[in-house]
Amino acid sequence: MSTTLVTGARLLGGEVADLLLRDGEIAEVGTGLTAPAGADVLDASGLVALPGLVDLHTHLREPGREDAETVASGTRAAAAGGYTAVFAMANTFPVADTAGVVEQVQRLGEEAGWAQVRPVGAVTTGLAGRQLAELGAMADSAAAVRVFSDDGHCVSDAVLMRRALEYVRAFDGVVAQHAQEPRLTEGAQMNEGAVSSVLGLRGWPSVAEEAIIARDVLLADHVGSRLHVCHLSTAGSVEIVRWAKARGVQVTAEVTPHHLLLTDELVRGYDPVYKVNPPLRTQADVEAVREGLADGTIDVVATDHAPHPVEAKDCEWAAAAMGMTGLETALSVVQHTMVDTGLLTWADLADRMSAAPARIGRLAGQGQPLAVGSAANLVLVDPAARWTVEPEAMATAGRNSPFRGTELPGRVVATFLRGRATVRDGRPVDREARHDTRHDTRHDTEGSRS
Amino acid sequence: MTAARRVLLEGADVQRALTRIAHELLEANKGAADLVLLGIPRRGVPLAHRLAARIADVEGAEVPVGSLDVTMYRDDLRHHPTRTLLPTELPAGGVDGKVAVLVDDVLYSGRTVRAALDALNDLGRPRAVRLAVLVDRGHRELPIRADHVGRNLPTSSAERVGVLLSETDGRDAVEISTPGAAGQGGAR
Amino acid sequence: MRRHLLSAADLGRDAAVRVLDVAEQMALTQRREIKKLPTLRGRTVVNLFFEDSTRTRTSFEAAAKRLSADVINFSAKGSSVSKGESLKDTALTLQAMGADAVVVRHPASGAPHRLAHAGWTSGAVVNAGDGTHEHPTQALLDAYTVRRHLRPGPGGAGVGEDLTGVHVTIVGDVLHSRVARSNVLLLHTLGARVTLVAPPTLLPVGVETWPCAVSHDLDDALRSGAPDAVMMLRVQAERMTTDGGGFFPSAREYSRRYGLDRRRAALLPEHALVMHPGPMNRGLEISADAADSTRSTIVEQVGNGVAVRMAVLYLLLAGETPDGRTPGGDS
Repeated sequence: MSTTLVTGARLLGGEVADLLLRDGEIAEVGTGLTAPAGADVLDASGLVALPGLVDLHTHLREPGREDAETVASGTRAAAAGGYTAVFAMANTFPVADTAGVVEQVQRLGEEAGWAQVRPVGAVTTGLAGRQLAELGAMADSAAAVRVFSDDGHCVSDAVLMRRALEYVRAFDGVVAQHAQEPRLTEGAQMNEGAVSSVLGLRGWPSVAEEAIIARDVLLADHVGSRLHVCHLSTAGSVEIVRWAKARGVQVTAEVTPHHLLLTDELVRGYDPVYKVNPPLRTQADVEAVREGLADGTIDVVATDHAPHPVEAKDCEWAAAAMGMTGLETALSVVQHTMVDTGLLTWADLADRMSAAPARIGRLAGQGQPLAVGSAANLVLVDPAARWTVEPEAMATAGRNSPFRGTELPGRVVATFLRGRATVRDGRPVDREARHDTRHDTRHDTEGSRS
Repeated sequence: MTAARRVLLEGADVQRALTRIAHELLEANKGAADLVLLGIPRRGVPLAHRLAARIADVEGAEVPVGSLDVTMYRDDLRHHPTRTLLPTELPAGGVDGKVAVLVDDVLYSGRTVRAALDALNDLGRPRAVRLAVLVDRGHRELPIRADHVGRNLPTSSAERVGVLLSETDGRDAVEISTPGAAGQGGAR
Repeated sequence: MRRHLLSAADLGRDAAVRVLDVAEQMALTQRREIKKLPTLRGRTVVNLFFEDSTRTRTSFEAAAKRLSADVINFSAKGSSVSKGESLKDTALTLQAMGADAVVVRHPASGAPHRLAHAGWTSGAVVNAGDGTHEHPTQALLDAYTVRRHLRPGPGGAGVGEDLTGVHVTIVGDVLHSRVARSNVLLLHTLGARVTLVAPPTLLPVGVETWPCAVSHDLDDALRSGAPDAVMMLRVQAERMTTDGGGFFPSAREYSRRYGLDRRRAALLPEHALVMHPGPMNRGLEISADAADSTRSTIVEQVGNGVAVRMAVLYLLLAGETPDGRTPGGDS
């Protein structure tokens, strides 16, 4: 295994220390460490060291839509964005609703070697919302699925949702709900409000999200199960989750980077790059989700990285696909909206983007403290750098970044996955160029702390 | 950059020129019968009314006056910001079988007159068409000449000729200026 | 006017008055024996219609032809478009044909915006109705009609004037109406006061941010509002069904509460106009007596459409062209 000495990094943005990465673990932490013979030395002065980021909500599109993204291109993008683990959503073709598909996705991730890939299993067969998928089989498979979601579709049937919440308790799973009341959002194109009224686009009302979240927290409370709320986007949703947490419901929630920054005003030009589900909301909602993320009501920032081929966005609004890329801009957007505004410290950011998602997804070996004995999954960030988003220069196959042309702070300088650099000097390090090319993705997933 | 502006015709000169044109028109037409004056907006229209008034003074005859906007017939629309359309109003008797006199302030390239002939063609069939202008500044681009000219003014094409009329500008004058000088009135 | 006409909001007060003034001159030329003008000779106007609308397409076609433009009618029905060709590829085809202007009708809100701004075509884009968004030339012809009747003025036909002080009441399915959206914006720009009357189900969430008043009571709006013009919007009967959205219980109830019948027409001031953008559902939103009464401008609106569309094409196309073009610079 390779050995790397990282010198002079600010751990979680605080104290300055050296980190010795050896045998895939953090072997030493301290000042004035000496590099062992043959060790790679990385001068990290001025850089912030964080545990490798964990994305609880990524669409890698493979199998089935390799024209949009592959596990390899998507995880390369993840590494470029500072991620060492991603949870791959189940809406592939075929749907990840069997042990076979989730094991395939897991294996593709191992082969690519850019980041640990944890498949999310579908809640219902074919995401059709009628019958539970074989949740236990997926949990027991080599992929050891713990997060189940019909993302893209809401498990809208109350009985089915109750059964799913109850059933996954047997293996400490969690249901991640895409909260969207289907009847209230038929044909919906954008947030319902002042802007949609003027643009003549059918509205996606806040209440369609909030009504499902309200129902689900009550269900989770009733059956004593864990519930995770995907990409929460409205002020009302924050209020409901805050209320539920105060009541002791086992609910966690995520927000996307785009909902932390963008509003439905951007839709005025009808550019489908801003078409996403749930839709961009209002400035009041943006402020509410930031506040919710700051006070811990929202546990996680998750990208909902949703790459699409060019033609899916190069068309009129109604015909366009929903979704935005996010893996390579997430850290910068969160620094910009939360850290640079004083709402979160770097340590808080590490919690929301690494520790909390790893905990919710029951992913051991990720999101650990920067301490001796932890897996050497970490990212070095230059918080003073500024860069302009250029989708064509990104690792993801998707060009649908809503931040095109935007100047953002913070640049990923290096990412380490179990001690090996997947990103060095701001550029992905191809496998052949890495010191060690062994397949080494171990299954450190069985630990089930909360 | 402010270039010199020279006054070429004073108010009295303008009056005299119009009076002479009125007399020429009557002489050439052997009286006022069948004459119709069509002013080309903007400044051709008040000029046409003045000519009609002079003819009335001399002959005691009411000559019908109308306006003929040529904008939609111009061949240079693409080379300028979109022009505002001005009214076309023919006198009640129309122009068929009449002697239509086109009246304009300045004759320059001839393109306005060409457009006016086309416009007239869509409105009726006059027995004859004549052209009367206050100023002919030369530089024709088409085989067109005026039948009645108030004053011939040799100019450089870099210069601008401005006709001022009391109806539109508060006073009568013809001025010449070079580019950079603040153009005023119907600068051509 | 700017390079395109996508929304009534593209027009400021002066630009809107200018369109109406030019329309007035165009209307005068249309009373002549020879109606054709050489103004747009050599220009190509493409009518790109992804929805059937014989009225609007014919109106634009007549306007373009009266100005001597070459007209290409490109209808989605039976063409490659209905076989799945994208809006982009269609636009690229039109670009290759050298379209100077594209008049587009599309079922998707915002399609003309995409056509104008996605870099697929360099021609001027005129929105001839997009989804439930806007229909700006309809609003212009409505404003033109209102001005002719209510602002005769000394110059005749209200030339140079806006609609300050005029009160227009728009009744019906505002939610799905592109005509209503364009009219609210344009009438407001021209200084008119607008009141929308509809059941709450047929008003969009967010309507409270529009520059107009809102009422749910037609009798009261006619009696105490004393509008100078009342514009009835088409209501599609299928909206009452569950699949159609269930916006109202029955056609009969709609008609009783929001239809303009003889009794309600009698509540209007003497001079008030009855307008409808067509096509009408007689007996649903408007009764035959109201539609055919002397105060109805419904037939006249159709004729005014040609003059207004001539004005729009003239202002967009007659001036300087693509390279360094500034067509219709306000002057």
